[in-house]
Amino acid sequence: MIYRETGTFITSYLEDRKLFPIPFDKWAMAVFMLFMVFVVPFIASDYWLAAHLIPILAYGTAALGLNLLTGMTGQLSLGTAGFMCFGAFFTFNIMLRSPEWMNLPLAMMLAGSVTGVIGIIFGLPSIRIKGFYLLVSTLAAQYFALWFFRSYPYFLNYATATVTLPDHHFDFYGIGDVFGVDMASFEAKYLMSLGVVSALALFAKNLMRSATGRNFMAVRDMDIAASVIGIPVIRTKMLAFFVSCFYCGVGGALFCYAYLQVLGIRTFEMNRSFEILFMAIIGGLGSIAGSFYGTVLVYEFPILFSWAGDYLFGGAFDTAVVDNVAKITYGILIIALLIREPGGLAALWATAKQKLRTWPFPH
Amino acid sequence: MGFDWVFFTELIVGGLMSGVMYSLVAIGFVLIYKSSGIFNFAQGTMLLFAALTFVKLTEGGVNFWVALPVSMGTMVVFGILVERFMMRPLANQSLLSLFMATVGLAILIEGLAQYMWDSAIHGLQLADFLDLALLDPVNMTIFVVDYIEWLDILISKFDIFATIVAGTMILILAVFFQKTRTGMSLRAVSDDHLAAMAVGIPLSRVWALVWAVTGIIALIAGLLWAERVSVSFTLVEAVLKALPVILIGGLTSIPGAIVGGLIIGVGEKLGEIYLGDLIGVQGIETWFSYFIALVFLLFRPSGLFGLKTIERV
Repeated sequence: MIYRETGTFITSYLEDRKLFPIPFDKWAMAVFMLFMVFVVPFIASDYWLAAHLIPILAYGTAALGLNLLTGMTGQLSLGTAGFMCFGAFFTFNIMLRSPEWMNLPLAMMLAGSVTGVIGIIFGLPSIRIKGFYLLVSTLAAQYFALWFFRSYPYFLNYATATVTLPDHHFDFYGIGDVFGVDMASFEAKYLMSLGVVSALALFAKNLMRSATGRNFMAVRDMDIAASVIGIPVIRTKMLAFFVSCFYCGVGGALFCYAYLQVLGIRTFEMNRSFEILFMAIIGGLGSIAGSFYGTVLVYEFPILFSWAGDYLFGGAFDTAVVDNVAKITYGILIIALLIREPGGLAALWATAKQKLRTWPFPH
Repeated sequence: MGFDWVFFTELIVGGLMSGVMYSLVAIGFVLIYKSSGIFNFAQGTMLLFAALTFVKLTEGGVNFWVALPVSMGTMVVFGILVERFMMRPLANQSLLSLFMATVGLAILIEGLAQYMWDSAIHGLQLADFLDLALLDPVNMTIFVVDYIEWLDILISKFDIFATIVAGTMILILAVFFQKTRTGMSLRAVSDDHLAAMAVGIPLSRVWALVWAVTGIIALIAGLLWAERVSVSFTLVEAVLKALPVILIGGLTSIPGAIVGGLIIGVGEKLGEIYLGDLIGVQGIETWFSYFIALVFLLFRPSGLFGLKTIERV
């Protein structure tokens, strides 16, 4: 009964363009954000922050980036982890080699932009190559990234396998000391990730309701038709690659800095790309909120599954068996979801919302 | 420094041979793509599943000539199940959903294979089972350690064996597609689903058949690959290696899969040796094959032999 539009009348075009046309939505979102910012850091334990919330934020950014490219613009990519790798390594190098005044969020944005440019380079073939054939370009990006950072140890500061990211990189002009907060604590990392992710998600949301976003979708739906009605297809595709890779790069930087706290090449193997592709697909291609729903489901599923296995059978099976059963269930879950609801979790949520709006008189 | 022609030829031959191995995986891909337009990502795990089934059977003391048909049967049953529970409900959905479903299938099979059998690395010596004397009547063994010399070039006998198997398989497939009634209906379905259904071709049965045949190909390819790299998770990665191969050849062409395999096989070897030397960094073969594929695709966006897509608004 609460989820109603009744009584909200749109009287101007400006109102029609509001981000949250239904007041309930707006308030729910505001309460949710306030809760995430002001309550969660105080009530959540380090375990919850470090092992659940922060990775979800980092993964979510990358999934959102992929969604912008695959879901919005229709360019299939298997190179997400490669672009994350670029982002993470560039962030580290910028922090390492730049003067005092550099700070982490700025470094992430810079590294994201460089990753975006690399994304454009690997996106160039999309002008001519379409559909599944484009996989080869993004796969090249994936393997090239791994090879590049493995071959040139300069970027890993000549460490053998991994670098532990130093705490002083998190310092933000001594602001932590002023308020007596440890900037490298999980709470601070969580808040930083939350800030970056919220800003990026808001930007993506707004991008998608701008002319640029509509161009993206026109190119996705049929690029020839798009070019016929005068949309600059090449520029749109390149822009999509840039934005997407920017997000993936920032996601990779968050992944290393906020979540893992170490930087290494093995973090960004091929499997990671698939994981993120699943997040985007299960969440719902073409939906910004969906990227995060999908991330939560894909990330939490194995954890929940092994927890449930432990709880129900009390370790009667060894971890390998539980692992494999989790994989089987997971595979079935994906296929079932694709059969039942190809639009992913976002589509399920939209249906639920529609039901709520018309309840109790659906006709 | 003179150009080492013997070494060069050896590289070429070696490249051609590994190209054949790629082609073997690629053929399975192409079959499914041709008949249903699906990019079957699960091909690699099917390889693993098939090879693992076979290896576990033989390790359990089952005779080779029993184990082979039994694992073939498993793959056929598997193909039919896939058609019934995945393809049929997913018919008419977007290609991306179908692709993702096969990725889901890949995870499912991976879990299933390791649950049913185990995730240890198994060695496979086909030589233990096969007494194929056709290549070398004197020594009676044909496998990896053995080389024959020809014009100063060493060629692995196993590679020759793999080539012969691949060639035979392609010949059988070609005859099957061109000459038999079932093959004809397969071609009809790949041309146009709706038209094929309209003239009374049972789509679901054709798809089940394709998945079953692909399963058998996966078994053969899996065994040959396993001989080289052992039965383990590396088999799954064979698929990512085969990707540029099918894309060069064109997703819809079996000859394309072979030519693509040869191009990638040779290109990779040459690139690794000569280009790697040139820029002074090793290990470029991880991405070099994708790069070759990109160059080819830039000139022919739907592969060398792929069906030209005509786009209309």
